[in-house]
Amino acid sequence: MSDTALQAAPITKARGYWATVGRRIVRDKVSMVCAFVLVLIFASALLAPWLGLADPYQGSMIRRLRHIGTPNYPLGTDELGRDMLARLIYGGRLSLIIGILPVIFAFVIGTSLGLVAGYVGGRLNTAIMRTIDVFYAFPSVLLAIAISGALGAGIVNSIVSLTIVFVPQITRVAESVTTGVRNMDFVEAARASGAGPFTIMRVHMLGNVLGPIFVYATGLISVSMILAAGLSFLGLGTKPPEPEWGLMLNTLRTAIYVNPWVAALPGVMIFAVSICFNLLSDGMRSAMDIRN
Amino acid sequence: MFAYIARRIVYVIPIVLSVALVCFLLVHITPGDPLVAVLPADASQELAAQMRTAYGFDRPLPVQFGLWIWRALHGDLGASIATGRPVLSEVLRAVGNTVTLAIAAALIGFTLGLLFGLIAGYFRDTWVDKVATSVAIAGVSVPHYWLGMVMVIIFSVQLNWLPAVGAGPGGSGSWGWDWEHMKYLILPAITTSVIPMGIVTRTVRALTGDILSQDFVEALRAKGLREWDVFKHVIKNAAPTALAVMGLQLGYMLGGSILIETVFSWPGSGLLLNSAIFQRDLPLLQGTILVLALFFVTLNLLVDIAQAAIDPRIKRG
Repeated sequence: MSDTALQAAPITKARGYWATVGRRIVRDKVSMVCAFVLVLIFASALLAPWLGLADPYQGSMIRRLRHIGTPNYPLGTDELGRDMLARLIYGGRLSLIIGILPVIFAFVIGTSLGLVAGYVGGRLNTAIMRTIDVFYAFPSVLLAIAISGALGAGIVNSIVSLTIVFVPQITRVAESVTTGVRNMDFVEAARASGAGPFTIMRVHMLGNVLGPIFVYATGLISVSMILAAGLSFLGLGTKPPEPEWGLMLNTLRTAIYVNPWVAALPGVMIFAVSICFNLLSDGMRSAMDIRN
Repeated sequence: MFAYIARRIVYVIPIVLSVALVCFLLVHITPGDPLVAVLPADASQELAAQMRTAYGFDRPLPVQFGLWIWRALHGDLGASIATGRPVLSEVLRAVGNTVTLAIAAALIGFTLGLLFGLIAGYFRDTWVDKVATSVAIAGVSVPHYWLGMVMVIIFSVQLNWLPAVGAGPGGSGSWGWDWEHMKYLILPAITTSVIPMGIVTRTVRALTGDILSQDFVEALRAKGLREWDVFKHVIKNAAPTALAVMGLQLGYMLGGSILIETVFSWPGSGLLLNSAIFQRDLPLLQGTILVLALFFVTLNLLVDIAQAAIDPRIKRG
């Protein structure tokens, strides 16, 4: 009897759904480039104090609005003579926080609301979804600006107003996915075996609805970044002298006749983050679509 | 069809009332006294009380809301605190300029979006598709207020071809459809058009792809239809959804014009909203938001009806 015959047949474990999705994303070049760019922007914002940059608050009247490529100021200086490179990197801190936090808050609130509305159904569903409909009667930019305008300028107010804008959108997606899963056999089986509604929602449904909602939310980050910076651009978000991309665009607007390309730089950052999140969301969506 | 329209209109009534309630409450979530902006800092208690009574801020909230709605129904949205002029006439004049801008932007954005979307969906995974998809994703990801600035930098500052701000040579008073005025419209319209262009491209591309993969298209080809006639079927099937998306985008352009109008100092409803916010002119803020939201609701209603009219698959019974 040979040794090989005694060895057990190799076990081939079928790859799970999420492992397959993960592999497909890693193989998607566009998604990986976007992820890399985002990691770079996040890491530099996080590590800004240790990168040996100039002080982003320190201005100088004699070196205002230097051009891109000036020695010691690779990206020039702003209208108060502050180093643009430092301000763009430091600016990532606030800009990313005010752009991403609303989506995270809305993701948590909207998913909970949608899950409950979709699972419980009936009157509770009607009550939640009809309330949501009211917010759909406002274009999202208008709603964000209306709430921010009423609450007054400030970072917290801008995060609150954007959260209110995104909750209805995520709730709608969550509700429709949940309604789709609610009557599937495995949920029926859980119910038959005596699981309570909370357990069913948490254990059996959440895992099945989270994927699509997550992809949708990732796409929203792009909109949120643009809107959050937009609120600051209007003067409704961050206040000077904080470095923040939207606010920087606003204060540099007066400089477009003197040094136009330096004035346009903060927008490039917003654009980069926004397009990367959009492409990443597209990549995830097609990776999760196993039919292809 | 009439029953369908009637039912849709009935559905809209509670929405309109809730929208009015939200607009009304906006003023009351404001921290501090709504009159702070108009009263001089050293105003006496009596003067403040007098003003509060004059504006009706001393009554209970539900009464204030009832009165506000009642007046609004009669076309009276109060007077602007800053200028003293009636809010409704101020808003309507500004909305006219915003409509001009939105229609110009829609013409550009929708034409390009439909064109790119159909071509990209039809020639899926070819280089044409890749170019169109990239343009579309850039369109939906670009901070449009920044794009506006870049346009001004290129076409006004560097090339000196087009004016940077305003809506006409003689300030911003009256709009006319001549070249002198049109020059002012070009940059804001192109800037406004990029988002709808991107969204329409993406929607139409996905729709075209879906339709082309359906069995009936195979049947049409098997029947011997020329490619052009197959294409006509694709357009017919994509039309209702594309129309709905375009309607929604038109609404977003009308209601969300504040950023672009601020960049270009375009004297529309967005710029009015901007000044209402910063002058803390609450009746004007309330009125502008109400009018814009009602525009949006009406537009959605019209789109629903139009969609039902051209798509026999939507149940009207």
